[in-house]
Amino acid sequence: MSSRVRWRVRAGHGFVAAYVVLLVAFGLVPTGYAIAFAFTDSTGAFAGLANFAAAASDFRFAAAAGHVAVYLVLWLVTLVVFVVGLALLLHRVTSRSLSRSLRFLYYIPGALAGSASVLVWLFLLDPAVSPAGFLLRAFGFDTFGQVVAPEHLPVLFTLIAFWTGAGGWIVVMYGALNTISPDLIEAARIDGAGAWQTARRVQLPLLRKWIVYMVILAFAGGTQLFVEPQLLSQASVGVAGRDYSLNQLSYDFAFRNDNVNTAAAVSVELLLVGLVAAGVFVVRSRFFDAD
Amino acid sequence: MTAKLDSGTSQGNGRRRIASLACGVALLLSACGSGGGAVSTRNEFKPVEQTGGKVTVWVDSTRLAAAQLYQKQHPSVPMEIVTYDGNANGSNYLQTKVSLFNRTGGGWPDVVFSSQNNETTWAVQAKFTAPLNKGLLPQSLLDGWAPGANDPCTVDGTLHCLRNDLSQTVLWYDATLMKQWGYQVPTTWEQYEALGKQVAAEHPGYLVGSAGDTFTPEIYLWAGKCGANQITGPKAVTVNTTSPACTRMAALLDTLIKNGTLSVSSVFSSDFGKNHAGKILMMPGPAWYGGALFQGTFKVPAGRIAVAPMPQWSGDNTPSVGNVGGGTWLLSAHSANLKAATDFLTWVTTSDDYQGKVAPGYPAYGPAARTWLANQNSSGYYAGDIAAPLQAAAGQVWPGWGYGQFSQEAIWAATVTPGLNAGKSIVSMLPDWQNAIVNRARADGYQVNQ
Repeated sequence: MSSRVRWRVRAGHGFVAAYVVLLVAFGLVPTGYAIAFAFTDSTGAFAGLANFAAAASDFRFAAAAGHVAVYLVLWLVTLVVFVVGLALLLHRVTSRSLSRSLRFLYYIPGALAGSASVLVWLFLLDPAVSPAGFLLRAFGFDTFGQVVAPEHLPVLFTLIAFWTGAGGWIVVMYGALNTISPDLIEAARIDGAGAWQTARRVQLPLLRKWIVYMVILAFAGGTQLFVEPQLLSQASVGVAGRDYSLNQLSYDFAFRNDNVNTAAAVSVELLLVGLVAAGVFVVRSRFFDAD
Repeated sequence: MTAKLDSGTSQGNGRRRIASLACGVALLLSACGSGGGAVSTRNEFKPVEQTGGKVTVWVDSTRLAAAQLYQKQHPSVPMEIVTYDGNANGSNYLQTKVSLFNRTGGGWPDVVFSSQNNETTWAVQAKFTAPLNKGLLPQSLLDGWAPGANDPCTVDGTLHCLRNDLSQTVLWYDATLMKQWGYQVPTTWEQYEALGKQVAAEHPGYLVGSAGDTFTPEIYLWAGKCGANQITGPKAVTVNTTSPACTRMAALLDTLIKNGTLSVSSVFSSDFGKNHAGKILMMPGPAWYGGALFQGTFKVPAGRIAVAPMPQWSGDNTPSVGNVGGGTWLLSAHSANLKAATDFLTWVTTSDDYQGKVAPGYPAYGPAARTWLANQNSSGYYAGDIAAPLQAAAGQVWPGWGYGQFSQEAIWAATVTPGLNAGKSIVSMLPDWQNAIVNRARADGYQVNQ
């Protein structure tokens, strides 16, 4: 018995060790590297906040920050509302085979690699080749250029991100709903709660931590918006999506303007924003409290 | 023979790195080779140790044929041919990679083709390019290039790349339709505009040009002597997009966009191919439109497409044309096999076998251009002689438009194209365009005059 426990502990350490190695190599070391770059100039001398000032005063910075903010609001709201809503609906589906095939259907787009699924969208959004071209034309869009007009971009990126990323979360939420004891639901039903009240008073409060977890990760992912605008920019030959997000700006600083230090400053800012937001969510939701 | 990009490190890298490190240390200690008297040798080119070995060549898919042909004709030269996007549309792939190679101290390709002609604006600073007219190539050979062709490659009198092809603009037109409808080919912009109005009334749906591409300003506004991009020094630019020359041409475009004879879709877009490709009467555009667009993309039958000189404003007696791209070849300063690399570079830019007979674009090297034109004429694809107007246009590219580090195409795409799609006029967007150019230029460290 005790040797078995020891073996389990050791196996646990083994798994964690592999993760720690990767975390150090691809998480902590690059972060330290970026912080070092952000506070030095191209000669390696300490530069104080000069790189941060250079980034903030660039003509692209405010616009990019605004774009990311609008996108984040749209993306987080749609993610929470639709993921939780769909998971609750899915949970009420009584036919096992239907539930199973729906879960599979939701998950498929997420199984594609991120940039590949964005590429799929580049075709979907071009009325001349899109299988949904009739829908685009019904909205009055006859050319790709009209579809990717600047004011449409936040909605388009939200659509793409939802399609590529939400399926996995629906499956996770569904799993979380399954951990709620059937007795509890049954008790609620006996007390006269309908589907809506059960969801609102019983299931949602119990899902809170899962939702917070999703929001933290989605927030971090959303602030790092890059692949969608970058690929769209290439596909539209620069008409839409160039320098759209802060991450693209950082990329441009590093590789177009040959200014790695300012690029690092932007990425450190993104890291800070992500950490602060995660901290707020964790504290406000008492994420680590034991129930 | 063709390898994926990330597998391209050769064995010589370690040695090369040591050699360049040694030179770096030597530089610090003794100002590396400053024994030449009063002349400043700060920028003198010091090749790395010539250890020979494989020549790594980066080409885009169009130029792949060139590298493969060379390998076939010179089987003894050890070559690694790598295809990449050719930096098309300002993708910046090359600059990204070179700046990473500079950080790691190895991995540079020996010879690179780029579809952009402004690479020297960063590549010289990044110390990637070898100077070509300081001993590597004889001046007698370099004199063969069309006048001004290598201007974008020249920095402070030193040649840092070789122009692959010229992209002077001409007026392409459908000779069969012109004759059938009894129209005269316009020689002035006034006639061009009048014909555009006539086509809109008599043959609606037909085009006299396209204004939907990122290079639209290079076709019309460059040819119209609009001073949007006057590069006055290595880091200085004068920008004026609201001069009479600019507004006059912009107003002409607006008129023809409004009556539907200028398309606002890119000629390469699926929309254009579907809705406009078979309905082109005229199209001002670069030399490569003939092969790449009319023959290759639109599949216009032989015997229809002809070339006329670019229209000019009446009363202007110094004809000017625009220019759309024209690729360049760069030789790496880090090459450990400069001899083989230079041989390839010379062959690929000057040989009749490739430039004269195979290349899709108008060769920048004069003797090859003559072979190329003769070949085009004898191919029977074009209606009439295309050599004379193309040759004349090669010497008429307006020199007031320069080759800066910032991409004018990208600026136009992000600033003006969305407005065009939303139905705004170009004239109304000229101030925004100016603003965007100024911002981009400043971000790249340019001194901007307005």
